[in-house]
Amino acid sequence: MSDPLLSTRALDAHYGDFQALFAVDVSIEAGEVIAIIGANGAGKTTLMRSITGLLPNGNDMVRFRSKPIGASRADQIAKLGVAMVPEGRQLFQSLSVEENLVIGGQMNRKGPWDLHKVFQLFPVLKERRAVPATALSGGQQQMVAIGRALMSNPELILFDEISLGLAPIIIKSIYEALPDIIGEGMSAIIVEQDIAKALSVAGRVYCMQEGRISLEGRSNELSREQISAAYFGV
Amino acid sequence: MDWINAIVQGVLLGGLYALFAAGLSLIFGVMRLVNIAHGDFIVLAAFLALSTTTALGINPLLTLVVVVPVMAGIGYVLQRGILNQTLGDDILPPLLVTFGLSVIIQNGLLEIYSADPQKMNAGSIEIASVALPGGLNVGVLPLVMFAVSVAVIAGLQWIFYQSALGRAFRAVSDKQDIAQLMGLNKAHVFGLAMALSLAVVAVAGVFLGIRTSFDPSIGPGRLIFGFEAVIIGGLGNLWGTLIGGIILGVSQNIGAQINPGWQLLAGHIAFLIVLAVKPRGLFPRID
Repeated sequence: MSDPLLSTRALDAHYGDFQALFAVDVSIEAGEVIAIIGANGAGKTTLMRSITGLLPNGNDMVRFRSKPIGASRADQIAKLGVAMVPEGRQLFQSLSVEENLVIGGQMNRKGPWDLHKVFQLFPVLKERRAVPATALSGGQQQMVAIGRALMSNPELILFDEISLGLAPIIIKSIYEALPDIIGEGMSAIIVEQDIAKALSVAGRVYCMQEGRISLEGRSNELSREQISAAYFGV
Repeated sequence: MDWINAIVQGVLLGGLYALFAAGLSLIFGVMRLVNIAHGDFIVLAAFLALSTTTALGINPLLTLVVVVPVMAGIGYVLQRGILNQTLGDDILPPLLVTFGLSVIIQNGLLEIYSADPQKMNAGSIEIASVALPGGLNVGVLPLVMFAVSVAVIAGLQWIFYQSALGRAFRAVSDKQDIAQLMGLNKAHVFGLAMALSLAVVAVAGVFLGIRTSFDPSIGPGRLIFGFEAVIIGGLGNLWGTLIGGIILGVSQNIGAQINPGWQLLAGHIAFLIVLAVKPRGLFPRID
């Protein structure tokens, strides 16, 4: 087997004295979509922060294309082609919708995604391109957050809790759009509390519990019992 | 007529105050850093201009070509080397460090240039004037300085709201972490912000040194004028800062017209009135 696109090896992450991750091993191949599920506080977001470099760790603990990046800064990792749609959308409130998208593309990485293509995917954003990003509805803001990440033409895109705080119908439409988005040869890590949604788009799934990986397997091979045991620890 | 003259001169002085304030406002806006040494950097720029004009024998206005890039360079290095290390959740470390810088700059200048007041002579442009209707005469130099100040503010406004650099400033100011995810190195962006701030300071310093006499101890006073202009105009609004500077300049000149001893007092009173009536300034940025 060739080297994975991204892997973590014995990843321990700390917030000060508090250890949030314990020896986490996760890997993703090029073109693969995986899901990371788990309850609140299981360490999912910490894992995302570690991968993107927002939380620095031991250099060897995270590898991208076989290159150690665990201690790299977030902007350096972003330039390698890792983008994130952060939890809670986190749009820049002083920037318009279009500026939020443009700043996502400011690294000038080559690829299929540009402003035109994002507007094709989410036509409503084109109509509202000049308004402050935070004046949009929650669902539209999520579109901006997704578009902003796509604009960097990443090789790996992380979706952190994209369904959180959105109406079910919006969640449904975003998940329906996901295959199109990822279909461009990108790899994706989808972090979710909503297990059914996660399993519907991901080929493989990791379940986290209290900072550890409690279960790993192919989406279609795991039983509900296995998942709920790993999810709730019962 | 004296009153109208006082107001016109005050407006022109206000342009200079707006320059004092603009750099201060810029770095506070981008990185929430209050630069206590800001006024001393203005004086440092004036002394740099003095040395340049002495060494090269050129008109002090031309020293801008040297002083602006040098100050910008100092700003970038200072930010990357020192100030970035002080930034965090606590606002006290940057305050203390820039206070220390203020002491160091003042005493360094004192050591090199002594406490004697200095003034740069810009030649015949200093005494040239244009006649306005109504028998007013306005100096060409103050007019030029005011025009440059307005142009600098307009330029900053453009950079901040139209350019990629300004987009990066605003993004980092909004959310530092997320801006890093966009590939922006915040240490570098902060360095550029400080460089831009000190480039504006350089213009202010050169103008100050031509307009009035200066010595190493006057920095903190300029810092106060800058603060007052920023707060009168409303934080985060550059055109507001220009108007704040003008209000401060006009108040000072009206005070001086009533009684020469009231010049500074009148400015401070105008500031206090604005602070009491509109604590967020006259034109706060709408958030």
